[in-house]
Amino acid sequence: MTRRTIKVDQLARVEGEGALHAQVIDGKVEHVELNIFEPPRFFEAFLQGRDFREAPDITARICGICPVAYQMSSVHAMEAACGVTVGGALRDLRRLLYCGEWIESHVLHIYMLHAPDFLGYEGAVDMARDHAALLQRGLRMKKAGNAIITVIGGREVHPVNVRVGGFYRLPERRELTALHDELNWGRDAALETVQWAAGLPFPDFERDYELVALRPADEYPLNEGRIVSNKGIDTDAAGFEDIFEEIHVAHSTALHGNTKARGAYLVGPLARYSLNFDRLPESVQAAAMEAGLGRECRNPFKSIVVRAVEVLFAFDEALRIIDRYERPAEPSVPVEPRAASGQWATEAPRGLLYHRYDIAADGSIRVAKIVPPTSQNQPSVEEDLRDVIAANLALDDDALRGRCEQTIRNYDPCISCATHFLKLNVRREGGGETCDAS
Amino acid sequence: MAKSKPKLAVWKFASCDGCQLSILDLEDELLALTGEVEIAQFLEATRAVSEGPYDLSLVEGSITTAHDAERIKMVRQQSKMLVTIGACATSGGIQALRNFRDINDFVAAVYARPDYIDTLATSTPIAEHVAVDFELRGCPVNKHQLLEVVTAFLFGRKPMVAGHSVCMECKMRGNVCVTVAHGTPCLGPVTQAGCGAICPAYDRGCYGCYGPQDTPAMPAMSKVLEAHEMKGRDIQRILRTFNAHAAPFREESQRHDAADDQG
Ligand code: SF4
Repeated sequence: MTRRTIKVDQLARVEGEGALHAQVIDGKVEHVELNIFEPPRFFEAFLQGRDFREAPDITARICGICPVAYQMSSVHAMEAACGVTVGGALRDLRRLLYCGEWIESHVLHIYMLHAPDFLGYEGAVDMARDHAALLQRGLRMKKAGNAIITVIGGREVHPVNVRVGGFYRLPERRELTALHDELNWGRDAALETVQWAAGLPFPDFERDYELVALRPADEYPLNEGRIVSNKGIDTDAAGFEDIFEEIHVAHSTALHGNTKARGAYLVGPLARYSLNFDRLPESVQAAAMEAGLGRECRNPFKSIVVRAVEVLFAFDEALRIIDRYERPAEPSVPVEPRAASGQWATEAPRGLLYHRYDIAADGSIRVAKIVPPTSQNQPSVEEDLRDVIAANLALDDDALRGRCEQTIRNYDPCISCATHFLKLNVRREGGGETCDAS
Repeated sequence: MAKSKPKLAVWKFASCDGCQLSILDLEDELLALTGEVEIAQFLEATRAVSEGPYDLSLVEGSITTAHDAERIKMVRQQSKMLVTIGACATSGGIQALRNFRDINDFVAAVYARPDYIDTLATSTPIAEHVAVDFELRGCPVNKHQLLEVVTAFLFGRKPMVAGHSVCMECKMRGNVCVTVAHGTPCLGPVTQAGCGAICPAYDRGCYGCYGPQDTPAMPAMSKVLEAHEMKGRDIQRILRTFNAHAAPFREESQRHDAADDQG
């Protein structure tokens, strides 16, 4: 029997702490685990008893890379619970804020975390030695995305201006138009990014994923839309828990998401793009076609191109919103709590982010449930790894390990997000006493 | 031989990654910084790892597992200077809310396989485990303050980081006081400056994410909050967010326990 072990003890260039462990016995992939050992932080537990208005600031702290996503899913879920819809310019501003986060998060991943895999570097810093101009373009684009978040939200990480019902303070028109020139530059840079990414070397690899994303009536998804899949799912957020479930597995502090009917599924750029190609502006569609993408993309290694297309979309959308912005009279609409349950999903940079809150008449949160993209994708990452390893057994250990890491980074996994969840086993300091749930 | 560059290491414990992301958010200064220091360990940014000892370690996150309580000692041993960054590292972070609950509440919650997870009953700041050379507050830290701290340590001088309140910062920024002008409850008087008084500039009260300032008058603060129609329960909530375990906030929030019981 020949046994080959592929191990990466500390995954780099991902958000959070994870490891990979795979075993090949007699040329067969026997065992693949993406271990997530990031300590859980139990957000859902301590949200219980908090005021419903605190959810956006508290849940933002689940993830420093996509705090806006948490703020957006939580405020919409609370508004759904309270029977309030936020429309007009406030809705536009929320979309604009989200565009800023997509740009910041996607560009960080494209240029600093993912590109080194394709170009053969350990990280962005040593990549910069040979590709300084490339990295500088990325940094400037990222800064443009962060500038949107800072103007609307006050700061780039954990912005302070989002509230249930809208905002605390609305930007003046001139504060937004001041961003215009840099966003225009950013749109051009994004187009160059799409073209550059299209020229990277991609392994021939496709899988028949169940792709899951939001699909709105007439726009590319950010804050709303029905949850749909290419295998027949079509539901509003209230139906999410009937269709999807989360499973706890031994090797991970993150839950694993599955559809109850069919198992693993995929959320994120590939799913969003493939299910909403027709919702992209024509110019963005054309750029994607020129980059050789087609209307659907099932090669996870090409997610870097799809992210670039989404960055192009986000710059475009941001400019569109800024150009027509008129400051509304009120920064928020009143939201009165009532005893109810509210569900909502938005599109975080990494994919569908579902929140449910049951609140009491006095506005206290009774139950919070949060399903982040990285836990939903985890079974798909492991299935990808299985196939990638099987197809690349001829590679030596180092090369195979590198290819596995790249496979994981295709997902831009956010491990901090994945490990927020409720339940725990306690070892008391010193004593080693263990409490189990009964 | 050229003088070797000082080695900088970035470590993560229980956190959201937001504070270390602030380093990558220094878009204008990042490449200059990497010219001055060797990034010897920064897992979020690079696979390359070089051995200690490190001249400066930046530590994000709090201690929540037995394994991490050991790991931080290893980090300390290998670091000439150790600076904690952010509320998680300096006060236990939002995850320190567990410190106030009977841990059995958490465990009693329905749980598929509790045996898979190991965690301590508390979330504690790094300084409760090892000696810390400087604490930079904030949830998240201010990236310009972070750059100042790194620069100061590399040049062997004291960082210029003020310990006064957000109120002072509001005055410097020319904000109108939200409490005086609009009756909005605000933790600015007891919260350490550093953020740039963002919340009042955005028409909301400070929610204390930089933790207590050097000399916070907590009971007086509670009186002001009460005068602005906050109930005991709400005061306790606002003190128990991202710096709940920091002593002045913790002790004051405990004074409102009785009120909470009645509510
Ligand atoms: S202090 Fe706040 S921003 Fe920094 S790591 Fe902790 S939760 Fe994230």
